[in-house]
Amino acid sequence: MSGETGILAFGAYVPRTRLQRSAVYAAHAWFAPGLKGQSKGERAIGDWDEDTITMAVEAARDALTGVERATVGSLSLASTTLPYIDRLNSGIVKEALNLPDAVAALDVTGSQRAGTSSLLQALKGAKGGAAPHLVLASEMRKASPASEAELTNGDAAAGLLVGSGEVVAKFLGAHSVTADFVDHYRTEDMDFDYGWESRWIRDEGYTKLAGGALKAGLAALGVAPEAVDRLVIPLVGRGVADGLAKQAGVKPEALADTLLATVGDSGVAHPLLLLVTALEQAKPGEKIVVLGFGQGVDVLLFEATPALAKLSARRGVKGSVARRHADDNYLRWLFHRGLLALEKGMRAEFDQKQPATTLWRHRKTVFGLVGGRCTKTGVVQFPKSDITVGSNDRSSGTQEDYPLAELKSKIITFTADNLTYSPNPPAYYGMVDFEGGGRLTVEFADVAGVEVEVGREMRMVFRIKALDEQRHFTKYFWKAAPAD
Amino acid sequence: MARGIKDKVAILGMGCTKFGERWDKDADSLMVEAFEEAVADANVDVSRIDAAWLGVGFDAMNIGPSGIPASIALRLPNVGVTKVENYCASGTESFRGAVYAVASGAADIALAIGVEKLKDTGYGGLPVRTRGTTFDMVGVVGSAPGNFAQLASAYRAAHDVSKEDLKRAIAHVSVKSHANGAKNPKAHLRKAIDMDTVLNAPMIAEPLGLFDCCGVSDGAACAIVTTPEIARALGKTDIVTVKALQIVSSNGWELQQGGGWNGAYFHTTRVAAQRAYDEAGVTDPRRQISLTEVHDCFSITELVTMEDLFLSKEGQGWKDVLNGVFDADGEIPCQIDGGLKCFGHPIGASGLRMIYENYLQLLGRAGPRQRSKPPTLGLSHNLGGMPSQNVSAVAIVGLADA
Repeated sequence: MSGETGILAFGAYVPRTRLQRSAVYAAHAWFAPGLKGQSKGERAIGDWDEDTITMAVEAARDALTGVERATVGSLSLASTTLPYIDRLNSGIVKEALNLPDAVAALDVTGSQRAGTSSLLQALKGAKGGAAPHLVLASEMRKASPASEAELTNGDAAAGLLVGSGEVVAKFLGAHSVTADFVDHYRTEDMDFDYGWESRWIRDEGYTKLAGGALKAGLAALGVAPEAVDRLVIPLVGRGVADGLAKQAGVKPEALADTLLATVGDSGVAHPLLLLVTALEQAKPGEKIVVLGFGQGVDVLLFEATPALAKLSARRGVKGSVARRHADDNYLRWLFHRGLLALEKGMRAEFDQKQPATTLWRHRKTVFGLVGGRCTKTGVVQFPKSDITVGSNDRSSGTQEDYPLAELKSKIITFTADNLTYSPNPPAYYGMVDFEGGGRLTVEFADVAGVEVEVGREMRMVFRIKALDEQRHFTKYFWKAAPAD
Repeated sequence: MARGIKDKVAILGMGCTKFGERWDKDADSLMVEAFEEAVADANVDVSRIDAAWLGVGFDAMNIGPSGIPASIALRLPNVGVTKVENYCASGTESFRGAVYAVASGAADIALAIGVEKLKDTGYGGLPVRTRGTTFDMVGVVGSAPGNFAQLASAYRAAHDVSKEDLKRAIAHVSVKSHANGAKNPKAHLRKAIDMDTVLNAPMIAEPLGLFDCCGVSDGAACAIVTTPEIARALGKTDIVTVKALQIVSSNGWELQQGGGWNGAYFHTTRVAAQRAYDEAGVTDPRRQISLTEVHDCFSITELVTMEDLFLSKEGQGWKDVLNGVFDADGEIPCQIDGGLKCFGHPIGASGLRMIYENYLQLLGRAGPRQRSKPPTLGLSHNLGGMPSQNVSAVAIVGLADA
């Protein structure tokens, strides 16, 4: 145990669907021909059943690969697009991860540097010897159709487990500046950001405020610009990151790819997403600088350690970017984000009211996908029940909790249903059998372009099950997706 | 070990409305239409009815809860009416109540009536509704076609049948039923269809196309039952008796991996069928059962049910179907009246409509549909739920001396 504080593990999640920017531009070219410059490449878009919380859960699972869940002491979720203003969003993530109740959790919001700021606070806490803290950052922003942001944004989430011990990156310090530079803003009753002129943002915001903070930060942390091996600047404007690197005297090859061409700007998640890419590629001893920008600047300094090579394999950003499905259905995406009203038909009128009592009573079942295993016969079932389902034994009260979310499964039956209401028809679902026991009839996700057939291996993913649009409540549950 | 009720109960009279989009009538009026035919057929005064059972699947969407709607619509004179529901097996469930009342000696004459009016919901197919507080959190809200379509994927995998062969076999099921329904004035759909139409129809839930799915419709059916002795005393000479009545409910066994269910058949039907054969004294169903009315909500359901009723060997049902074994002129006609496919499925009524056709066939009253070889035993299979959790009801009726 080195006793250093820093990053113990990392993970990421980028939704599989990649909307082709050319398809979006084609819809708007008649109205906003100037968007042509942003019309190359693709951006990640969450499906109808994904939101900031579901993406955070996936990034968390990735970050916690190989980690005993009970060792996590606290977690935070940073975002400006949290579904709830008053209901602990990180608490839902905690339930989905099946963490013990005795953990602390907080939501962090309010600016585009909520990710770096929450990371910074977690690292400070780690210095005091706190149990590992899981820093999550996730964003799914809406943008006005025919805006630049609609093209350049991307949906994604990142997770970093922070603490003391055998860190993969030592935390060497941070420098922050806070100044109310309103390049853009959004209030509770606005769907979209309102932003000012980009030329002003570049000059006063990026060059002066960010550039100044970066220079001051490197100096305060005692790092010569030439010594910076990897520089994370999550700003995707043309030439902005390059300009800041040059201005700071950092070599151009140190600059992390902003992932604009393959993912898009994932807002609060972006600096942490790019930090994950840096960690995926870093060699021991390399100095990594991360910048966060949002009404001020955070500059964080890390040093990669040899422990990186020992970290178990995970999806990360590399795996997430590679796992892609090209899509050019722009209208479907607008519908999924609530920006286009389609005629859904009478079947969609089904009332999705969720009693608070039943959700509380069954929260482990619903959020944690915790089933039961009979301690007498070993039979696994979902959900848990008083009387075991095993036919050789009618034991009552013999089941222990048995989490199923991390288990692989195989398709036993399936169909593609065009009749039941689905925001992304046809609805695929079927019965899957879990490795080691347990069976579930469940909806399938992420099957576009995949041959669904009996025997295919699946993994469980945390998704929105249904939206109670009348009462603005989201019902979450698990679905089966093709295991890569 | 209970001996069963073979030959303890006789059908005194039956009635069945025209099924279809009955825009003209409420559920109450549909019950009266079926009841009046049954009373006339039974030739008995309503005051002789001792007890009644009403079966409705979706009461919240048509007639409302309790047995009172039947009591009011039929003006039953101070009769106890029990409302029963067991998903789509509600038709046989109401029959069971009336039959057991007579078999036990608690009633001399009992009434079973089933009704459903689903054409006030505003759209086709079964209405979307809650399945309980836990299911609403963790269950799949699939359509009925989707729930049953899964049988096909598992059947293919279990018996190594190609997608094309299975699609042709299930299409044959529907073509055969439509040819039969064309001869039935009470059926909703009365046009014959061909293989190509069925194979190329729009996909509803893979691999079930439009013509692999029965529609939802309005209708009612009714049975008045009594003891064979009372039937004879009332002047009946050809008597149809209940030979067997068995109902089995899933207990979650299919839903757990270790149990061994492969998704390709109905466990409950196999158990109910074997018990029904035992109760009726049937040792060779393929030879002894004259006709079947099975729960053809979807063509694939009928196909696997042939195996579940032990009329086809496991994995061979699809071949028997394609070879015409269950056609009207085949060895054991299935859905000789057109089935759910041509009648549609008013939930509470369907199980009784099946018994109605078997009853008419046994008495030689089925007109142009009459089976060429006189039948002796008719089996009805009425299923509710979905392949992974369901209730299967099997009834066998026959001539009293069969």
